Amino acid sequence: MSTDPRIEDLLRELAPQVLGVLTRRFGDFAAAEDAMQEAMVAAATQWPVDGLPANPRGWLIQVGYRRMIELVRGEQARRRREDLVARRDPDDRQHAPAADEELTAERDDTLVLLFLCCHPALAPASAVALTLRAVGGLSTAEIARALLVPEATMAQRISRAKQRIRSSGLPFRIPEPAERAERLAAVRQVLYLIFTEGHTSTAGPDLRRVDLAGEAIRLTRVLHAQLPADSESAGLLALMLLTEARSAARTGPSGELISLTDQDRSRWDAAAIAEGVTLVTGALPRGPLGPYQVQAAIAALHDEAPSTDATDWPQILALYEVLERLAASPVVALNRAVAAAMVYGPAVGLAALDALADDPRLAGRHRLPAARAHLHEMAGDRNRAIADYRAAAARTNSLPEQRYLTMRAARLAVETGDGSVAKTIES
Amino acid sequence: MKYMLLMQFSVAGADFPSIDTWSPAEIQAHIAFMGEVNGKLTASGEWVDGQGLGGPQQVRIVRAGDDGTPLVTEGPFAETKEFLAGFWIVDCDSPQRAVELAAYISTAPGPGGRPLNMPIEVHPVMSAPPEEV
Repeated sequence: MSTDPRIEDLLRELAPQVLGVLTRRFGDFAAAEDAMQEAMVAAATQWPVDGLPANPRGWLIQVGYRRMIELVRGEQARRRREDLVARRDPDDRQHAPAADEELTAERDDTLVLLFLCCHPALAPASAVALTLRAVGGLSTAEIARALLVPEATMAQRISRAKQRIRSSGLPFRIPEPAERAERLAAVRQVLYLIFTEGHTSTAGPDLRRVDLAGEAIRLTRVLHAQLPADSESAGLLALMLLTEARSAARTGPSGELISLTDQDRSRWDAAAIAEGVTLVTGALPRGPLGPYQVQAAIAALHDEAPSTDATDWPQILALYEVLERLAASPVVALNRAVAAAMVYGPAVGLAALDALADDPRLAGRHRLPAARAHLHEMAGDRNRAIADYRAAAARTNSLPEQRYLTMRAARLAVETGDGSVAKTIES
Repeated sequence: MKYMLLMQFSVAGADFPSIDTWSPAEIQAHIAFMGEVNGKLTASGEWVDGQGLGGPQQVRIVRAGDDGTPLVTEGPFAETKEFLAGFWIVDCDSPQRAVELAAYISTAPGPGGRPLNMPIEVHPVMSAPPEEV
């Protein structure tokens, strides 16, 4: 991609619009997506040299259009199109361009593309990859680097996802009202998945890696701009902003995790917090209420508190109770137990955690012993805390988390004179 | 989720006869199967890495001496019954899928074309994003 970030931002913003025009014109999403990528590469090469065209969007559509003509003339593409036409619903006029339709019709298909790329027929990993490429305008190489897999693997994943769309005959249009809520939930879920993937990197910022959390926020901004009245999409954007606001304070110099309690709150991003708070405050009274809004409200309470002690724990506890009614899960129950401990003391929290001890969805995972360890530590029961921290460290699949839990155990062991520290720190 | 699949061969031929006693056709079939595994993982978009490793005669154990110089011990190891013959790193959607892939690799053909049913260890790679702590 180009080295000029302004050109890069413009290209990535225009990518889904160009793709929408080409898909409508030719009725072949998979080929249009390839043509769009080629037009982006051409622009990234030529614009920095020749300067920005008067109509960048039109320029990209023209180049993509010419490439599509070449593709469609190809034997393979013609066969593909025949298949498509044969399978197409006869009364579906989606792909037939109107006679007076300008090539550069001012139409933004970004939302249609989001629905298509996040379709429940696709596996989550495929939906993530396709969304980043078709809607985010990222190259296969960039996506592969971001997700730490070889480029050939990512290319295969994207091409399989496109084949799946082609063979399922998924239509290029906004879903019917009857299924819209469910499909929108799938879109939000994929965007949130991209966001959480962005927190995997532990080795500090790799300049060659795309910032996935930032990319997820950018795409969710697009979703929110297209559906400003949708309260859950606003809630999702708020949740991302309020979580990302803490990212600078979340890890220490060697990538070690710093707990919310110990974070330097002056390093939180005040602008992101303000924007997130405004969004969630605006969405909540509008309704309908949804889990992302409630999680955003909880994140807002954390972000607005000057310290752990000054946090509005009763309000957070009340919100977790609301969240349990909306979207019950063992993880929500676990967080509610921790909030209850902050309000009523560790014994109450531990009793609530005991009720989750037999939940098969938490069995063998680290969350329950980690939460128990924190509450035992709070209660001053060091030996139990050490045992639970170690049990949690042995079960997590996250390296920074494992180191954090091991360190907590080690610190308590030194205080209690039990020097046998678990040997799970690799570096 | 990324998983490392470790393929163990037995040194003493406890599980199945040592590969250097197989016929060329049997070895060929085994190699062809491994190529097939790699092809399938690539096609499904789950391939991250995979390599065959040198036999136990080539393995060296290295420790640093007090002055930091390498102290090298040669294999094969008197104590071990099996050695690491190869590994894959896969990126798949679920732990169940990782187990499914391991079971498929375990059916690699051996003497007489029969499945070896060799043990495949499935190790989760520490690649999960950390949660808020």
